[in-house]
Amino acid sequence: MTEYTERLLTGPSLKDRSNRMRMVWLIVVPLIAILFQVYVPRHIPFLSYLELPLLITVHFALGRRGPISSVFYGMAIGLAQDSLSHQPIGMFGIVKTLVGYFASSVSQRFDVQNPIVTFILCFFFYFFHEFFYWVLARALLGQAMIFNPEQTLLFGLLNAAVALPLFHILDKLKVAA
Amino acid sequence: MDFFLSRYRNLTVLLIVIVAQLLLLAYQVKSNNNVTLIRVWAVTAVTPVEQGLELVRRYTWGFVEDYFVLLGVRSQNEKLQHENGQLKLENHYLKSELSTADRAQALSVFQAHSPSKTVAARVIGNGTGANSKVVFVDRGSVSGIESGMAVVTPDGIVGKVVDAYPMASLVMLITDPTFAAGVISQKNRVRGTLKGLGQTKCLVDYAQNEEKVDEGEWFYTSGDDRIFPRGFPVGQVSSVHNGKTFKEIYLIPSGMQGGVEEVLIMLQGQHLQIPDSATAAPGYKILPAPTDNAGEAAQPTGQPTVLTTDADRLREQYKQSGDAQHHVFGEGLPGSVPPDFTKIPGIRASTPSPPATATPRVPATATPPRAPETATQPNRDRQEAQIKPSTTAPATPPKAKPHPTAPILVTDPTDADPDAVPPPAPKTEKPVKLPGVPPTRPPSGNP
Repeated sequence: MTEYTERLLTGPSLKDRSNRMRMVWLIVVPLIAILFQVYVPRHIPFLSYLELPLLITVHFALGRRGPISSVFYGMAIGLAQDSLSHQPIGMFGIVKTLVGYFASSVSQRFDVQNPIVTFILCFFFYFFHEFFYWVLARALLGQAMIFNPEQTLLFGLLNAAVALPLFHILDKLKVAA
Repeated sequence: MDFFLSRYRNLTVLLIVIVAQLLLLAYQVKSNNNVTLIRVWAVTAVTPVEQGLELVRRYTWGFVEDYFVLLGVRSQNEKLQHENGQLKLENHYLKSELSTADRAQALSVFQAHSPSKTVAARVIGNGTGANSKVVFVDRGSVSGIESGMAVVTPDGIVGKVVDAYPMASLVMLITDPTFAAGVISQKNRVRGTLKGLGQTKCLVDYAQNEEKVDEGEWFYTSGDDRIFPRGFPVGQVSSVHNGKTFKEIYLIPSGMQGGVEEVLIMLQGQHLQIPDSATAAPGYKILPAPTDNAGEAAQPTGQPTVLTTDADRLREQYKQSGDAQHHVFGEGLPGSVPPDFTKIPGIRASTPSPPATATPRVPATATPPRAPETATQPNRDRQEAQIKPSTTAPATPPKAKPHPTAPILVTDPTDADPDAVPPPAPKTEKPVKLPGVPPTRPPSGNP
């Protein structure tokens, strides 16, 4: 095990992770993300690829490191997103619940403050989110949705690129516990 | 059990949450019913913010945009003032009309002329999800909107209402993968089912391979789905080819060109006639076909139908005058008495009778061949030159000696010049004005 991989796996001490976002930001930030997704792509269509609620879920889960809280946070964001879509409520909820759980599990083993790790995780979770949503729509609802892997990979890269500055901004909102 | 729960606490919570949401999904799918309360809360919380954002955007960015548009219009008007007075007035009028007329006005015009009862609505937001093809509009159940109502624009159908909330409604666009509607083609009346693909194009499914659909053909709603009234334009075929069982017909939706801003929601739809294929594409205003033929002379049977120029009408008048005097065109030696064309109504009234020297001079001056002239004439004039012998003497065989074309000269005897070459038949661009001959518009389609 090299020094780098060791640092990557162990990372900083857990007390550095004890930063928490204020409760108000925990509510306001997802709302802004959902509003952004609802309103902005209507005027700037190419921004429709941005899945900000997912990035917010991933950021919360990576920072909180608590699977249970991440599960409920992902579920809440997903259900809010579901309620503004035309699909049955629960589709985004299930997917984001899983994303929250896995992201928090990963954060316990990797140094998620490393930008490269953050980029890879965001890319992976975007692909996982889209793919699992497609699986759920086909399996549970019987909808013949189209899954375009190339487009999803490209959008995953774009979302991961956006995630880096976004996470930096969100980290500024944290306060020391 | 306690050990298991405490050992795998995280996993247990995850499973419980997932199962709970699966049960929620199963309930909705099984009962075919939405959990309305959650949606109402969410939409009620989000739509006021969206409306506020839209209001701010309209009065800030829209104002700046309008300012620059007006600057362009002003400079353009100044330039046009120096070019042509009449054109400047027309352009100014049209541009001011264009700048002031927005889609809402177009919608209101369409709304006033449409037999269906509609409500205008503005799109205020998109649905969530990267591939979402649903939008929110600012009219809800308070305005009488219900689920399943059709949403259209003057250019074509847009989608249907899937959920109606008190102050807003959720509209599924026709590009959504779960959208379907009955459509019928314009030319061959091929029926099919319109399906969204999640992209800009849509697919018309269930059209047999044996049926004929052309590229560029229009599809209209068939009314079979009981949502969209019959006869609303859907889109134009961009590509078509045979599939395994059914044709694969791809449409470009006409109602969503350039984005969807304002729409009409149909409260009560009214079926329309599907226009004939000869009709121009919807979205373009054209004049109705001319029906007033009172001023035109009746064409003899067997005459080609292309004779619609002023020269043709003039020749027809002279021919009728000759027939009235029992004159057979193409007969008679040079120097014989020609028919008196001054009996044509209007000729005598406007011009003095032609000088006597003009008549015998005509055959001599009319004989030069018109080859150099026809070589430079447009196709229409060449066509007239080819048609003329067959129409002036359809029953008699043509003779070697050319028949006089002198009647053309009689129209303006003041220009009579003994040495002058007879002028060619009047062109359509500069028709000879004769009293009694009604003025005609050029046959071009442009007003």
